[in-house]
Parts: sequence; structure tokens; C-alpha cells
Amino acid sequence: MKPPAPLFLARRGYRYRRLTDAARLLPVLGAFLFLLPLLWGGGMTRSGVIYLFTAWIVLIILAAVLARLLAAHDARAREEGEGEAD
Amino acid sequence: MVPFNLLVLVSVLYVVLLFLVAFAAEKRAQQGRLGWLRSPWVYTLSLSVYATAWTFYGAVGYAARSGLEFVTIYLGPTLVMIGWWWVVRKLVRIGRSQRITSIADLISSRYGKSNLLGVIVTLMAVIGTTPYIALQLQSVTVSFAVFASQTPQGWGVPDLRSTALWVAAGLALFTILFGTRNLDANERHHGVVTAIALEAVVKLVALLAVGVFVVWGVAQGPADILDRIDASPIATWEMNGGRWVTLLFLAGAAFLTLPRMFQVLVVENSDERHLTTASWAFPLYIFLISLFVVPIAVVGLAQLPEGSNPDLFVLTIPLSFDAEGLAMLTFLGGFSSATSMVIVAAIALSTMVSNHIVMPIWLSARRGGASMSGDVRTVVLRSRRISIGAILALGYLYYVFSGGGAALAAIGLISFTGVAQVLPALLGGIFWRGATRVGAIAGLVLGFSVWAYTMFLPSFGESVLMSAQMLAEGPWGIGWLRPQALFGITGLDPLVHAVFWSMALNTGAFVLGSLMSFPDPLERLQGAQFVNVFEHSGGARGWSGRAAEAEDLLVMAQRILGPEEAQALFQAESRAQGREGYLPDVTPDFIERLERELTGSVGAATAHAMLGQIIGGSSVSVEDLMAVADETAQMLEYSSQLEAKSRELERTARQLRDANEKLTELSVQKDAFLSQISHELRTPMTSIRAFSEILMDGKGMSPAEQRRYSSIIHDETIRLTRLLDDLLDLSVLENGQVTLNCQTANLHDLLERAITATASAETGREIRIIRDEAAENVSLQTDPDRLRQVFINLISNARKYCDAPEPELRITVRRRGDELRVDFIDNGSGIPKRSQEVIFEKFSRLSDQAAAGGAGLGLAICREIMANLGGKVSYLPGQGGAAFRVILPLSCRRAQAGNRQEGP
Repeated sequence: MKPPAPLFLARRGYRYRRLTDAARLLPVLGAFLFLLPLLWGGGMTRSGVIYLFTAWIVLIILAAVLARLLAAHDARAREEGEGEAD
Repeated sequence: MVPFNLLVLVSVLYVVLLFLVAFAAEKRAQQGRLGWLRSPWVYTLSLSVYATAWTFYGAVGYAARSGLEFVTIYLGPTLVMIGWWWVVRKLVRIGRSQRITSIADLISSRYGKSNLLGVIVTLMAVIGTTPYIALQLQSVTVSFAVFASQTPQGWGVPDLRSTALWVAAGLALFTILFGTRNLDANERHHGVVTAIALEAVVKLVALLAVGVFVVWGVAQGPADILDRIDASPIATWEMNGGRWVTLLFLAGAAFLTLPRMFQVLVVENSDERHLTTASWAFPLYIFLISLFVVPIAVVGLAQLPEGSNPDLFVLTIPLSFDAEGLAMLTFLGGFSSATSMVIVAAIALSTMVSNHIVMPIWLSARRGGASMSGDVRTVVLRSRRISIGAILALGYLYYVFSGGGAALAAIGLISFTGVAQVLPALLGGIFWRGATRVGAIAGLVLGFSVWAYTMFLPSFGESVLMSAQMLAEGPWGIGWLRPQALFGITGLDPLVHAVFWSMALNTGAFVLGSLMSFPDPLERLQGAQFVNVFEHSGGARGWSGRAAEAEDLLVMAQRILGPEEAQALFQAESRAQGREGYLPDVTPDFIERLERELTGSVGAATAHAMLGQIIGGSSVSVEDLMAVADETAQMLEYSSQLEAKSRELERTARQLRDANEKLTELSVQKDAFLSQISHELRTPMTSIRAFSEILMDGKGMSPAEQRRYSSIIHDETIRLTRLLDDLLDLSVLENGQVTLNCQTANLHDLLERAITATASAETGREIRIIRDEAAENVSLQTDPDRLRQVFINLISNARKYCDAPEPELRITVRRRGDELRVDFIDNGSGIPKRSQEVIFEKFSRLSDQAAAGGAGLGLAICREIMANLGGKVSYLPGQGGAAFRVILPLSCRRAQAGNRQEGP
């Protein structure tokens, strides 16, 4: 059995946890953005194209940033021979 | 105009290129130079099999018909991929740790390696994918036809069916060549994946090229395109909320459950870290694919003649502007989309069919015969090859019989909804340990039936498989069962209706079935391993260690993994166990590992069954677990019994040892007693003999001398008599045979007489006796003579041994309840602590100081007398001198019984 996880983490472990939180929340934000046009009305193809593709590329950029941070953390943890903290 | 020969030539050259790329990649992989073959970019590009011909051609058509709705098909997977931390990461980890070969294998493995579930999912996948394969064949043939119709002189109206047949055959060949080359334990196909990555690039470049051509060639840039959107028929498109949400959900679900997506996403994943890149790069890929869809649709609607098929705008726009090179590229892009999908789907489906349908049948057919004769590898590979052929044949037949009419998008959504039925069992399986096989079967069967009833069968059109009347009024006129308005709820979009009811009933049945059933031990083991895959990737064991011959296992493993790999595996295990050679001990751990290796080749259920055949079905069963539990309980009980017994034995042994010690001690005491007695008797006897001899030949002896000698003899005989009397007395007292003469007496009188008696004795010095006469005036029931004997003894001892210069003896009497305490305390130096314990023993004398005094039996006799009188005499330490306490009962306790018996 694993020993119980500590209640408080060092700063970096804390950062990592929040990063994973962000990674988990990103699709929620995405769903919110993609469902937002439901509130609009009327002929909306033009604005819809602009809005949806903008929201889409913003999400992709956010995902790329998060992925880079997570990968950097993993690489550093691997170098220091730590296990994955999850 | 593009001549037919050129088109065919380009197609053939392209196909040859694909073969070469696949071949080169395969070769590199074999040499172990994986390098960029395993880069996250190849992985990301391979995910693009999501974008099939349905996307390549169909998305534009979809946009032309339903405006922006097409984008949901790509937004759904985007959400899944940017949310990779939730589901995809877990799926990939499970896929790697459990050696999952397909989505059917995952479901089967999760729910206790149940082959029934594997079969159900496989059938669903085949039924859901066949129309989709037909769709790809159709897209290729239609795109051929587009070129044909553009040719004025004509190269003869090409026979669409024969084109489809050629395409299907070519794809089957490619898939068989590169998809079933090896039976790898990891089930990865580097050649195929690389070719697909190349195709992904081609289709992206083609679509982007058409997009750029449309935006900057036909129109005057993005602003113009936006204006054209406003002017086009789709400008007034309004979002249908129900469809929007449903399609988002459906696309996300299908992204996870489509067999081909599962194949590239989970099975072909060679490194979990690739997900980090794919999580944003794949959304970017489909973003770019979708980017120009609306512009192309808008321009096509405006520029092409009324009635043109919008599904082919991608191809017909460049053709109508005489951009033949671009048209050719687009054709290759569409060809790539179609072929990559068919290849991966065929690999995924053939793996499922061979592992979950063919192999179990083959195994059960063999059950009777000699176990494992023949090469299993050939059987597996052959069954896969045949499966690939059969799947493509099915697709072709579907294409032929459906007439290739329906809009592409509709077929895609039907297929999506069908495979999405696996979602509840999949997500439940990896997040909920309570999900059971029964629940999964119930959910899958119900969901799939509802899908078939509300969506699949009606899709063939009225009066084909379902009569128009049944569609309108329900079976037997039951309105509640109308296929597109279940439970009397009308007015829903048919797609929303089908997705809603199939998923709702599916999930409901899954949850209810899981809650109400009880899982197998194996199911629970697997459930724990899947749900907690991040906590422990090794873990629980599914085999109880009954002996199997390592040699049999090696024989079987060689047939599945190939001789070299199997031997390497066994040798490594041997070495890990610290032995030489190829045959390790068959431990449950080893069987577990072997099963996992085999699982990678033939699937969980089949691997389990094959090992089961050899090991004799000693996989864990409830009975096994119960038996083990029983045995453990019995052993516990037995051992506790043993412990109790041994404790008892120990106790007995200790008692025996004690008894033995006591006996030894007694024997020593007896010896000491005898030697004491003989010594005590011998001393007076010696002097009696000596003096009597002197008297016998005592001539010339004066009468005074004679008198003196005879008086010595007399004294010695008296002493002897007294000694013998004492011994007799003691023996009587010790045996409790004494007769007590119980009378009422006054303590004062008793003490008075005792003091008088001692004062008259010959030896002794003067001792002052301090008494409390008032307290002594107590009358009591006792044997006065015996009690006086005790007192005399104690007083004379004080007289003899008190070493104070002015000896004094204090006698105190105190009454405590119905007891009297009489203390005799002198002012001498007392008795040392060491000796206090022995003074009551026979023949114990503290010094020779008064050798004449007696044989050392006095206190021993006192103790016996007091015990017989129902009282006690003991040494009282800490009184400043020798102190003895006599405790007396007021009534004659023990003596009474004796008296009554003796009395008249």
C-alpha cells in the first residue's frame, strides 16, 4: 500500500497539481465556448464562422501551452528520478 | 481535360509510393531504427484517419446543406483531445499495461475477459463500420466518375462497380501485406502508420490548396469570402440547439469508440508522451481541415450550376476553373482519406474478428484433439487475412446493394451512433469499479437494438427493410413504438431522437444491470486494474498456481509469438529466476506475464482460454477463491488449536518439572532428616555405650563416680526418649492423626503455667517477662496442654537464645475479631532475615550455642500444633528482637470435628 499522500506539497508539486487541474478544466471551457452560440439567434453564419474558429484556435493554443508545461515538468521529474505524482 | 490514362497512372504511382513508404518503414522498424517512426508527429498524423472521405468531400456538402453544423463533427474530438487528461491518457495507459489489441478486446478484458462481450462489440463494430467502408469506396468511384464526365470524347462511361471492386481489392492487398505482416506482441504496424501519416499530409495539403485557391483565386481574399457568405443561401442558417449538442456529443463519443480511432489512438501508441503533442496538434489538424470548408461550400453554391452535387465541390470547383493539377491533387487527397480509413478500419476489424470470433471457434473445435497441434501463428494470420478480405467484400456488397445513393453525411452519422453505443461500457469500465459484465451486455445489446430500430433500418429508405406504414404508425399500429417517435414523443429530429433514446436506454440498462449483478472474481480483478491503472500497473493475479509444464507453455508460446521471441521470453524469465536454459519454473507471475504477451497477439479472451487449456482451467474461479479462503481459515483454526495444545503441554511439563523438583527436594530433605535423626540418636547412644562400658568393667570405681556415670546414662536416655517422643509427636501432628482435647481455658492461666514451667527448667538464664495481665484474661476453647506446650517452647527459646545483657520478654495479647494474637517479643539481636524462613523446619538450629537444648524440633512441633488448633505461629520481623506471633482462634475449630467423632 502507498503511504498516505502528504496534505501539503512543495511549491513545484503544487504547481504541477494546478497544471493538471487546468488540463482537466480546459475541455469544460471548450464545451462552454462551443455551446455559447446556442444563446444567439438569427442568421449567424458569418459571425458564427468568425466566433467558432477564433474560439477553436484559442483553445488549441491554450492546450499547446499546457501540454508544453506539463511535458517540461515531466521531463524534469524524470531527470530527478521522481515518480509521477498523481 | 485529364486523360483517363494519366489519372490511372497517377493513382497507381501514388499507390506504389504508399507501398514503398510502408515497406521502407517496416524495414526500418525491423532493423530497430525506429527514430522518427516513433515521433509524436507521426502519431498525431495517424490520428487523422478520423478525417475520412466523409470529411474530405462530405464536409463541404454538409456545410452547403446545413451551414455551420458540420463543424460539430470536429469540435467534439477537439474537446476529447484537449481533455486528454481525463479519458485518453487513461485509455492509453490501460492499453499499454493490459496489451489491449482493439476496442472489443478492451471491453472484453475489462469485464472479466468475457468472450461474449468481445463478440458483441465485434459484431457491432462490423455492422457499424461496413456502411462506412462502402461510403469510402463510393467516394473513390464517384470521384473517378467526376473526371469521366468531364471528358468530352469520353473514355467510355467507366463501370462504377468495377472501379469500386478494383479499389476494394487493392486496399485488401495493401492491408493484408502491411497489416498482417507480423504478429507483433504490441500489435503495432509501423508501415501502415507511416503510410497513413503520409496520406494525412496529402489530404491536408490538398484541402488547404483548394481552400487557398478558392479564397485567393476565385474570391478576393477573406473579406470577400465573408461577404459571399452573407450573400449565400446558408447565410440565414440558424443553430438547432438539440442537433448541435447531440452532434458535439456524438462526434466526441465516436472519436473514442470508432474501431479505427481506437486502433491509432490506443493500440498503435508507442509512447504515452506523444499524447502531450497530439493533445493540441490533432485539434490543430482538424481545425485546418475545417478552415476552408465554408468558403468552398459558399463559392461552390454560387459558381457551379444549379443541382451540382455539393459533396463533390472540392473536386468540381478546381475542374470548373480548369485547374487540372489542383484537381489531381484533390483527387489524391480524397483517395488518401478513403484508403487510409479503409486500411485502418480493416486492420482493426480483422483483429477483432480473428481474436474474438475465429480463434475461439478454432480453439473450441480443437478442444477434443491433441492440444495445440499445428502453428497457431499461421492460423491467426490466416484468419486475419481472410477477415480483411471479408470485411472489404462486405463493404463492397453494401455499396452495390445500397446503390450508392444516400448523402454521405447521413451514413457517417448512422455509423457514429452505432459505435457510440460502446461508450457507456467503455467509460463505466475505466472509471467505475462497480461496472459489471451483465450491465455491459445489457447496455450494449439494448442500445444497439434501439440504434438499429430507430436509425439503421429506417436509413435504407422506406419499404426496403421497414415498410412505410411501420415507419408512420409503428409495428402492429402501436404508436408508442414508431421507430422515429418512441414513446409517443414526436417532433424530435430523427438523429437527436435516435441518439437520445439509444444512449439513454443503453446507459440506463448498463447502470441498472451493474447495480443488480455480482461480478466474477476475474472481473473484479480486472475492474480494479483498469480503474486504478495509475496507482498500480502490475497487480492482482488471475492465475492460481497449479502446475503446468513449462515445456507445453513454450511450445504454445512459440506457435503464437514465434520461436525466437518465445524462447527469448522464456530464457529471460529463467535468468530472472536464477536458472539456466529455456524452461523457467511455472509461477503464477510468469503465467500472468505470458498471458499478457499472448494477449498482444490474440486478444485477452483467447489468450486466457489458450492458457486455460494448458494449465487445465486453473484460472481463478469463485470456487478457487472460496477454497483458498476455506483452507486459510482451516489452517488458522488448526494452528490456533496447535498453539493451545502446545501451551497446555508446556503447562503440564512445567507442572511435572515442579513436581520433580519438589520430589527431589523431598528426597534430599528425607535424606537430611534421616542423617539428622541418626546423628541425634547416635550422640546420646555413643555416650550411653561409653559410660555403660566404663561401668561394666568398672573395678575400683568409687560409688560417687558410679553414681555420676549412671546419672549421665540416665540423662542421655531421657534425652533420647524425649527425642523419640518429639519425633513421634511430630509425625502424629504432621499426619493430622492427633487427638485434641478441647476445653474452655483461660489464657492468663495458660501463660502463668507455662512461665512457671520454664522457670523450673534446668537451663536458662533469668529473663524478665513483661505482661499485660488484664488483656490476658480471655477465655477460649482450645486444647490447653498443647497450647501450653507451644508457649513453653517459645518462652524457653527466648530464655535460651536472647543475647541481650538484660534479657526481657514482652508478651502482648490482642483480640482481632474471633482471633487472639499473642506476641512473644524479646530484646535480643533477633533472627537474621536469611534464617527466618527455616526456623520452623525440622532440626534447624541456628547455632550450637545450646546444643543440649534439643534436637531442633521445637518450633516445627509448635507449627504443627498451631495448625492443628486452627491457628498459626509465625516469625514477626521488625520488632527489635526475636518476635513470634501466635494466632489463636477463640473456639476450637479443627478440634471440634475431631472431638465429636471421638466423643461418646
